[in-house]
Amino acid sequence: MRRRALLGVFLGICLGTSRAEAKTVRITAKKFEFIPAEVTLEAGVPVILELSTEDVTMGFDAPGLSLHAEIVPGKVTRLAFTPGKPGTFDYICDIFCGEGHEDMSGVIKVIA
Amino acid sequence: MIDRRSFLRIAGAGGAVFASRLARGADPYATSQDEFFFVQLSDTHWGFKGAPNPDAEGTLPKAIAAVNALDPQPDFIVFTGDLTHTTDDPAERRRRLAGFKQNISRLKVREIRLMPGEHDASLDRGEAYREFFGPTHYAFDHKGVHFIALDNVSDPAARIGEEQLAWLKADLDKQPRDARIVVLTHRPLFPLYPQWDWATRDGDKAIELLMPHRNVTVFYGHIHQEHHFKTAHIEHHSAKSLIFPLPAPGSVPKRVPLAWDPAQPYRGLGWREIEAEAKPVEYKITEFPVTGKA
Repeated sequence: MRRRALLGVFLGICLGTSRAEAKTVRITAKKFEFIPAEVTLEAGVPVILELSTEDVTMGFDAPGLSLHAEIVPGKVTRLAFTPGKPGTFDYICDIFCGEGHEDMSGVIKVIA
Repeated sequence: MIDRRSFLRIAGAGGAVFASRLARGADPYATSQDEFFFVQLSDTHWGFKGAPNPDAEGTLPKAIAAVNALDPQPDFIVFTGDLTHTTDDPAERRRRLAGFKQNISRLKVREIRLMPGEHDASLDRGEAYREFFGPTHYAFDHKGVHFIALDNVSDPAARIGEEQLAWLKADLDKQPRDARIVVLTHRPLFPLYPQWDWATRDGDKAIELLMPHRNVTVFYGHIHQEHHFKTAHIEHHSAKSLIFPLPAPGSVPKRVPLAWDPAQPYRGLGWREIEAEAKPVEYKITEFPVTGKA
């Protein structure tokens, strides 16, 4: 019983610590833009991207960061990751969404 | 009449597919009835309006007139997608598809093979396209070459999909491993430059199915420029567009059309001929030892 309680405390600390350290960044997609279109993150700092769409199903694809998700209306899609080395990484909508689809992109800047 | 041009060999040994052409009458390679050529046009984007092509309504008719001037005529003509420029309006989409259909009715060659691009099919999963032109994926045989048209655009997420992949597998299972196979599709099957959406999300699965076949060549469009690449022994050749050229993959920050140059109108636009050469003679050798028996 005591061991179980200790384990619970340990897990709570870990989860709590993890949540406290992760930076949450919200990105909203709508025809035909991402808001914000530029995100700055710190290398080594965990991040949770919260992705949502205001109209139709969109894609979020950042090949340079190996991030990919489908963003469905009415639902928040979360991507947790820790940026590695600094750099500039493009992200695009990779689900064809209409006349302005090909202009729908953004950039993630990872700084040291 | 098209003048004699350079003869560019783009297939590996045994691939037996050639781009560009010699004038028919002067072709020293024309030694077999199995030799033929076809024409690939791509990314016509009928309905586009904008500065990158001030002659948007005149470019496709000019290409059609050039193809009609070929002597002899190709066996058939393929259009590898983005026949029309996308529109959010379903009625306008149908008007553009009808406009494209009216244009190609002027081609002398009546055997025309079409497939959609994402501009034609991704917003309605190919519904309007099928109304005008029928199935979005299919196979056919021509003079010893097996052609497969793959649809990697009706799914707006750029997937071929499990159902079509199963169809592809069943089709390939009927082909011998040394069959001459040509795949026609819109997007690159390999991840050419995913940062610009120049990829097919499950294209690796199609390539995996094609890999056991020794003579496979893929012709595609989408990227509005020539590009030549190999995944193992499989060659991939993209075609120029007939509306505006795009920059080389990753060469500039944004994927935007190259500007129209009034001094060199139509620069970067074009179409191609693909000549299929007869299968090279192969010799099957069987060795026999001397056994000592009389």
